[in-house]
Amino acid sequence: MTSPHTHASPSTSRVMQWVVAATLPGLVALISFFGWGYLINVLWCVLVAVVTEAAILRLRKRPVGFFLRDWSAVVTALLLGLALPPFAPWWVSLIAVVSAIVVAKHLYGGLGSNTFNPAMVGYAVVLISFPVAMTTNWATPLELLDSPPGFIATLGHIFGFAGTVPDAFTGATPLDIYKNEIRAELATTLREQPVFGDFVALGWEWVNLAFLGGGLFLIWKRIITWHIPLSFLASLALMSLLFGHDPDQAVPVQMHLLAGATMLCAFFIATDPVSAATSNRGKLWYGAGIGVLLYIIRAWGAYPDAVAFAVLLMNFTVPFIDYYTQPRTYGHSKPKRGLPS
Amino acid sequence: MATAPANEITRNGLWTNNPALVQLLGLCPLLAVTGTVVNALGLGLATLLVLLGSNISVSLIRHYVAESVRLPAFVMIIASFVTCTELLMQAFAYELYQILGIFIPLIVTNCAILGRADAFASKNPVAPAALDGLMMGLGFMAVLVLLGGMRELIGQGTLFTNMHLLFGEMARGWEWVVFPDYNDMLLAVLPPGAFIGLGLLIALKNLIDARIEKHRAATSPATEAGSKRVRVTGNIS
Repeated sequence: MTSPHTHASPSTSRVMQWVVAATLPGLVALISFFGWGYLINVLWCVLVAVVTEAAILRLRKRPVGFFLRDWSAVVTALLLGLALPPFAPWWVSLIAVVSAIVVAKHLYGGLGSNTFNPAMVGYAVVLISFPVAMTTNWATPLELLDSPPGFIATLGHIFGFAGTVPDAFTGATPLDIYKNEIRAELATTLREQPVFGDFVALGWEWVNLAFLGGGLFLIWKRIITWHIPLSFLASLALMSLLFGHDPDQAVPVQMHLLAGATMLCAFFIATDPVSAATSNRGKLWYGAGIGVLLYIIRAWGAYPDAVAFAVLLMNFTVPFIDYYTQPRTYGHSKPKRGLPS
Repeated sequence: MATAPANEITRNGLWTNNPALVQLLGLCPLLAVTGTVVNALGLGLATLLVLLGSNISVSLIRHYVAESVRLPAFVMIIASFVTCTELLMQAFAYELYQILGIFIPLIVTNCAILGRADAFASKNPVAPAALDGLMMGLGFMAVLVLLGGMRELIGQGTLFTNMHLLFGEMARGWEWVVFPDYNDMLLAVLPPGAFIGLGLLIALKNLIDARIEKHRAATSPATEAGSKRVRVTGNIS
């Protein structure tokens, strides 16, 4: 957009508020399928994030009110709240948020200078540190329970008062189950487990479609561009069709796209404007890289889902991508890149 | 070359020119074996012994080794001391020797040791060279133990576990469970925790240095007018 067409561009806080609004359908879907844990996680993460952000801004002698009003800490916390297991204990979320805000964001110089996606750094820290808490605290879909846990029971489980909820309420994710049990069973037998539902994976398909809807809204509002989501989803689907076309041996493509955190990653995590590539061509490469890495780790790695690692690994490559995909300025010849030949 | 006074050598080794925090040498063992205090202390002592021995020997032969072959000669000396240390550890702390594994022989490649041999011991008499080796070794060991303590505390919520590996049976009771029922935080135990921990220690050192510098500037008389240059760059706070 050049001078005759410029208009007041939305401020950081306005952009962040639209992002928050666009995640709401996904949050509602998560709560309605998997219970209050997600709401409690989101609220707790936001609370911790705002307090931590204020404290670290004060330590860094930066204006606290001004930076708190940019809503970036809220977005980071919201993404973590949506990504963490809903029954994860309070200290897991606390450590994730503090690592995200303090280590990934402010130690690198604050919003705009962070090389890595703060929310994903927080997620990776707790995923590496507490593997058990991070794999066993996923919620069983409410439909499959006779008496779903109420708000107070969930709160009590997360904050460690009033005991824990029964084992039936928690478990592994469908991606995890499919990946581990497909070795011993055929897809048709495996899919009879109620956790997979009729379509892709009970609950998860609607959650992912809700995030897809929110993401399309962001593209329509021109908050994000289509490049990263499209290349990411396309490369993930392509990898899955190439290497996992047989549902009796590997997680099928529709599950890669509609279970786990795929859509949340495509529209809300990978599109983080600070840590992603900047030019449109660069964004295509960046998104495609995340898709390939996500498939590699999901299919052949130890983790059932790998959004955090895929995004962080591609964050490393952003300076490289940006260097090679810098658009040519009009009237200038194409710059020479790479080693002199 | 004039020999530096003893207190300057001491301060250099322990603080100003600390091998781990300032020179950033010998990071491989520093990052690999600082999972617990006892591992860190074991490797720190071994490195200290080698550094002390190699500095003294290099200083003793400094007039008799030709400039062109000095590095191979230093490496041979260091390797001999590492072998001695290895044998000593096998004799007196065999379990710890097995835990530290390859990192004991790898002391040979610790750049801090060769660096001190070449930069200091080969140009100074025996006494300052020995002091330099001792202080550099202590500075390295202090950082190792500090990092080991941090990682053990955050990683498994204890301090001084398994000290009997180094100090014999009487040290078995030294284990201090700081947080009972602690959920192990694997990140601190795994290699990334070592990098993050070392980064924080370096930041802490720089912060202390900056504070000292600020204090000094505040207490020393202001520079005379006219001798200052206006700085146009800098941070907007």
